[in-house]
Amino acid sequence: MKVKMLSRNPDNYVRETKLDLQRVPRNYDPTLHPFEVPREYVRALNATKLERVFAKPFLASLDGHRDGVNCLAKHPKSLATVLSGACDGEASVRIWNLTKRKCIRTIQAHEGFVRGICARFCGTSFFTVGDDKTVKQWKMDGPGYGEEDEPLHTILGKTVYTGIDHHWKEPVFATCGQQVDIWDEQRTNPICSMTWGFDSISSVKFNPIETFLLGSCASDRNIVLYDMRQATPLKKVILDMRTNTICWNPMEAFIFTAANEDYNLYTFDMRALDTPVMVHMDHVSAVLDVDYSPTGKEFVSASFDKSIRIFPVDKSRSREVYHTKRMQHVICVKWTSDSKYIMCGSDEMNIRLWKANASEKLGVLTSREKAATDYNQKLKEKFQHHPHIKRISRHRHLPKSIYSQIQEQRIMKEARRRKELNRIKHSKPGSVQIVSEKKKHIVAVVK
Amino acid sequence: METAPKLGRDVPPKKDKLQAKKKKPRRYWEEETPPTAAGAFPGPPRKLKRNRELRPQKPKNIHIRKKSRISKKPQVPKKPRERGPQRSLSGAQDPFAGPAPVPGEVVQKFRRVDKSKKLPRSKSKTRSRLEAAEAEEEEVSVRAARSELLLAEEPGFLEGEDGEDTARIRQADIVEAVDIASAAKHFDLNLRQFGPYRLNYSRTGRHLAFGGRRGHVAALDWVTKKLMCEINVMEAVRDIRFLHSEALLAVAQNRWLHIYDNQGIELHCIRRCDRVTRLEFLPFHFLLATASETGFLTYLDVSVGKIVAALNARAGRLDVMTQNPYNAVIHLGHSNGTVSLWSPAMKEPLAKILCHRGGVRAVAVDSTGTHMATSGVDHQLKIFDLRGTFQPLSARTLPQGAGHLAFSQRGLLAAGMGDVVNVWAGQCKASPPLLEQPYLTHRLSGHVHSLQFCPFEDVLGVGHSGGITSMLIPGAAEPNFDGLENNPYRSQKQRQEWEVKALLEKVPAELICLDPRALAEVDVISLEQKKKERIERLGYDPEAKAPFQPKPKRKGRSSTASLVKRKRKVMDEEHRDRVRQSLEEQLQKQEKAAKPTGARPSALDRFVR
Repeated sequence: MKVKMLSRNPDNYVRETKLDLQRVPRNYDPTLHPFEVPREYVRALNATKLERVFAKPFLASLDGHRDGVNCLAKHPKSLATVLSGACDGEASVRIWNLTKRKCIRTIQAHEGFVRGICARFCGTSFFTVGDDKTVKQWKMDGPGYGEEDEPLHTILGKTVYTGIDHHWKEPVFATCGQQVDIWDEQRTNPICSMTWGFDSISSVKFNPIETFLLGSCASDRNIVLYDMRQATPLKKVILDMRTNTICWNPMEAFIFTAANEDYNLYTFDMRALDTPVMVHMDHVSAVLDVDYSPTGKEFVSASFDKSIRIFPVDKSRSREVYHTKRMQHVICVKWTSDSKYIMCGSDEMNIRLWKANASEKLGVLTSREKAATDYNQKLKEKFQHHPHIKRISRHRHLPKSIYSQIQEQRIMKEARRRKELNRIKHSKPGSVQIVSEKKKHIVAVVK
Repeated sequence: METAPKLGRDVPPKKDKLQAKKKKPRRYWEEETPPTAAGAFPGPPRKLKRNRELRPQKPKNIHIRKKSRISKKPQVPKKPRERGPQRSLSGAQDPFAGPAPVPGEVVQKFRRVDKSKKLPRSKSKTRSRLEAAEAEEEEVSVRAARSELLLAEEPGFLEGEDGEDTARIRQADIVEAVDIASAAKHFDLNLRQFGPYRLNYSRTGRHLAFGGRRGHVAALDWVTKKLMCEINVMEAVRDIRFLHSEALLAVAQNRWLHIYDNQGIELHCIRRCDRVTRLEFLPFHFLLATASETGFLTYLDVSVGKIVAALNARAGRLDVMTQNPYNAVIHLGHSNGTVSLWSPAMKEPLAKILCHRGGVRAVAVDSTGTHMATSGVDHQLKIFDLRGTFQPLSARTLPQGAGHLAFSQRGLLAAGMGDVVNVWAGQCKASPPLLEQPYLTHRLSGHVHSLQFCPFEDVLGVGHSGGITSMLIPGAAEPNFDGLENNPYRSQKQRQEWEVKALLEKVPAELICLDPRALAEVDVISLEQKKKERIERLGYDPEAKAPFQPKPKRKGRSSTASLVKRKRKVMDEEHRDRVRQSLEEQLQKQEKAAKPTGARPSALDRFVR
């Protein structure tokens, strides 16, 4: 007879002294871990609930401006520095330190509105345009003791400039107004000015990857693309309503998103402008500004409906909406270069700082915390389509104005759709074409 | 875990040139090659040859790893070791180069995805995502299988010398042969006066509670033989059960259900569960299932103290109950020979299995949830397959019908027949026990009243009319426990932390169903329903394939006739495809229909459709 009994030595399973860690032997045999899926589901449900509990995105409000904040600019080299321009005449440009949450410098840049502000790619200076028909270049550092705060250069223009953007690599910048002007930093006359039709152009943006490409949007409802190397514009697309701003995707050279007056955002592939890649709908008023996250996966949009929303690039619905009681019409928005924070400037003179991921824990995470958040993230992803979890993770509190407007617009949309269906039903088959949502808003593409 | 070294990686040609020009200083760890031989046998080609020789030794599972996408992760270094695994400082060769091989059946144990199922036809994006997920799953199972190497303990065993029948080996022989610590696990508690005993081991296998018919209730740490409490409830005790931890004890008494703590203090008297005959605790759902004389199966949520469901089994007195540890379904045995399967989410049984002629006396389900053993008044002992069709796998008539059945963690089946306990064993852990030859038998001093294998110990606890007997059954228990799940050696702090975690992930009672993995599968029915509703709402199918529109061509080739011609061409091609596909389907159907008729045609075949 050969016999062996299971006989464990407790010394192998119990810690020797109280200073030791407890011994935890593992065995991954599935029969010892039954109900794997239901338990993971419960964990995912708990993680989703906790995510909503910890969703406190608002970080700080920077106040100091005497009028609505009209434009924001990121410092290209320093995460903590942010520039803002306001609608008031005195003290209209401010530079902020985000870690201290304080204004570190105030400049009286222009008479009247500061229309646009942008930092040079090296971070040593920045440009502003204002209602006083001037373009001014300023040093990023403040003036020394006893010196006066004077711009490095001032260019006097003939017309009002409404926007400015700097080239990502070369000492070239572009302004817009009645035409798009491309300037060399050293000269007082534009290298070239481009127009297509006669209307005021509201914004111009350089492509961060294909750096000679520009996009602009004008109030005659079109988006025009330019190539800096040639004197004429490339092509334009005309939409139903006016586009307020565009923003290029920093990761995909040919993708840009346009913030439109018709409450929607349109992501275009510049090679095929006749159909937008995605129509992003959720705002209930005109979208005023848009900015991409540095990852190129998401963007944030600011709207006249007093809220900002975060959209994934490939989704038509937003994943997040931020609002506060006191935040009025949001005019400008920026996603910081570390992709963690969002800043928005609004009508009631404040710049607000938000977390890009509402429930993220700030600060240094211990490795166990990190592992736990990663695990929870994966679980949430795995069970995201389960109705209970989906409902909790999608729930957002909305102010009454936005909520009721959403309901109203839903009714209007439903009525339009019903009418369309009836029209199809009562006409000869094939005579009424169904136009997809993507194509509906595009009037024409001109080359 | 590194992959085998790639050819010619370690010596780039540029460096060779450099070496030829200027002699590099030699390090002590570099291989000794006489300078004269260097010209005749240049280093790289020889190395190449050796590598090529080593290649076939690469274990097969490497292919799996290479396919998987997860290998980008930092834990899996992509770079092969510079010098290759076969070289060491001493110049000796590693005879086991590369990662250790993982046996296929071990990987199979950890596999969650059924590989035999084909991936659904889907869009390429979804498909690639599915494939990636599948590769990841495979990777995970290989990794888990590899971690088996780290398991410290080996299961016990009992082998007779050639021709010797293990059933003839007595407990005393085993006790004599094994070490002192194991021998101490065999004991008898002589408690004749308080009548037949029911017993229950806690989930860690550390504590034992027992209650006698005459009201004697006791709980003890049976390993150290330390008594936790001993009381007399002055009432008949029908059944006793530990709740999630050893601190709480549910006792089914003559009238009502009572809950005691480990000091013997009565915490609750649950009057809504009256005349309870059997208790089962579902640890992951925190549900105490009670079967009563009145024919009700009641689920009590012990974490909040609410009754989740009270189901009328409509089969008279219930006194045969067990749980399926794989899916938390309660099996009830009835006097008409059926076993019914219950979940608190349903008012009706999930399934009813006709098992015996006459009543069912005992039911047991093994830890993997694949086999169910039943015994009936007809003296039969049957083993059923619980996966799918509930077919009997094997049956045996016993001289005396088994009144109590229990499965061990490693699939041993114990049956109590009168005052005899028989234990049967299978070929391996996953296979059903072979009923021809018992593995062990033992005669007790009284009639068996309850049986349970102790988790994580090779011990079978038997409650009988003479008291309690703890039998040694080598090879019954899972040797390696998981410290985060059930740790017999856990401290009080660990238990408290585990309790909080367990309560946080309490599975809702509604999720109990026959297939616990169903929650992770795609709900095809509601998906199709949703799609149908959407099409109805929109008035058209947004996912339908758009009809082909020929692109206009330049230089006058875009006449209406040519456009129509091109359109027709594509349409015809599509049509041909469809016809081809339907023909293939027909052929397959015919083949399928032809197969089951077998070699000999039967006259009844004409009725087969």
